[in-house]
Amino acid sequence: MAKNMRSFENYKDLIIVLIQKEMKVMYGNNVLGYLWSIANPLAFATVFFIAFKVVMRIEMENYPLFLIAGLFPWQWFSHSVNFSPMLFLGENGPIIKKVNFPRNIIPLVMVLRDTIHFILSIPVILLFLLIYHKLPSISWIYGVPLLLCIQFLMIYGISLILSSINLFFRDMEKLVSLLMTFVFYFTPIIYPVSMIPEKYQYLINFNPLAPLIINWKNLFLHGTLDSVYLVLSLAYSIVFFMVGHLIYKKLSWRFAEVL
Amino acid sequence: MNEPVIIFDNVSKVYPMYHQHLRGGIKNFMLNLPKAISSIKNSRFEALKNISFEVYKKETFGIIGRNGVGKSTTLSLIAGVLRPNKGKVIVKGRISPLLELGAGFHWELSGRDNIVLNGVLMGLTRAEVLRKIDEIIEFSELLDFIDQPVRTYSTGMIARLGFSVVAHLDPEILLIDEVLAVGDIGFQEKCIDTMKRFKKSGVTMVFVSHSVPDIVRICDRVMWIDDHGIKMLGNTNDVADSYRNVLTKS
Repeated sequence: MAKNMRSFENYKDLIIVLIQKEMKVMYGNNVLGYLWSIANPLAFATVFFIAFKVVMRIEMENYPLFLIAGLFPWQWFSHSVNFSPMLFLGENGPIIKKVNFPRNIIPLVMVLRDTIHFILSIPVILLFLLIYHKLPSISWIYGVPLLLCIQFLMIYGISLILSSINLFFRDMEKLVSLLMTFVFYFTPIIYPVSMIPEKYQYLINFNPLAPLIINWKNLFLHGTLDSVYLVLSLAYSIVFFMVGHLIYKKLSWRFAEVL
Repeated sequence: MNEPVIIFDNVSKVYPMYHQHLRGGIKNFMLNLPKAISSIKNSRFEALKNISFEVYKKETFGIIGRNGVGKSTTLSLIAGVLRPNKGKVIVKGRISPLLELGAGFHWELSGRDNIVLNGVLMGLTRAEVLRKIDEIIEFSELLDFIDQPVRTYSTGMIARLGFSVVAHLDPEILLIDEVLAVGDIGFQEKCIDTMKRFKKSGVTMVFVSHSVPDIVRICDRVMWIDDHGIKMLGNTNDVADSYRNVLTKS
């Protein structure tokens, strides 16, 4: 067997160079690029505000703020997940066929890129808090990193699953975008948990994303974390990570065969 | 001199016929589950059958053969991106594959950024690439274009950039798969010259080509693959002559 003789330093540099590449491509070296990338969740917030607050007149205070607090973490999740099936195809295909390097670095870099992007968009949430005369809580200092890690692990796991399987079943992409519509509306993003009829509320626990999003909103809006949801979301992300790692391990050496 | 650095010991490589069965995607697969599974198990494509050979240190080893007989599979096995189903592949040393046109490049990045990207992909650290970057740029003769995005490059320029990176990686084992066909004559000559220089400095090279003249110019020994096995292996001129004879007959 040809050994993978990459040093730790090369591995580290590979991640740095690939992230730099992603950043350059994404932000195009200017501020306009950054504005474009936060435009999406803001546009969604506007649409939902008009649909639910103006037209359907939902009874909620500070609804725009409520939307923003949920839509930004959702945007991170959905961007990474929707991107995942195509990761090993396209421009990365030829390299995978020819160069022996750890393939899981590709999903890792993609998720890191989206994580950085999410962190960069937190000031926008802060701005909206200030507009509504609220201040960020001191609990953000540990709450944000904690939730970041949980979501990172979850997305990385999902990404490994989708990117690996999509090489063998190329219609994963369509399946994913279909599923994501369900996930979006079955997660309390544009509505609070309290509005779900009580007899259905327990179902929330079966949605892996719901506990995490609920905590993001609690943290951003009230500075609190629900420990039950916290443990639940951590458990989900560990499961996703382990399943993802297993599938990747099982399939990765066949990648060059199917490309 | 005769220390083998690449050893194939009774290597067979079999591909399941993924494309035939998985083309329909997950939907069709689930709808015809039992049939799909049994067909994956039964239909296979033998790309290589029991081949054994050794490439020695500092040797320039050529592989010739018609299309689809297993040349690229052999190269992929050496590169370690494929695993054999039977037998053993042993490789001692760092492998630098010369990628096909534009692979490993990002269109939006400048030539300079792409040199770093490519170098790190090949296994160097960033510091090592940066130390050599001026040399690489000079060799590529891309001048002012080096800071332009690669999407503005012509095919020949991309080939130059790719070869220039690999030429400066201090390769231990260099894999070259039919990449010299692009680029103008001047640059092709430069590539051949570089390969000759590598040869002198003791780099092991595996060179896959359709071009018998190119093979004859630089290889020490040649392996002729036909029908997924070794048809002939030996001295460059002997193998090239027999190969030419068969080509002219058919």
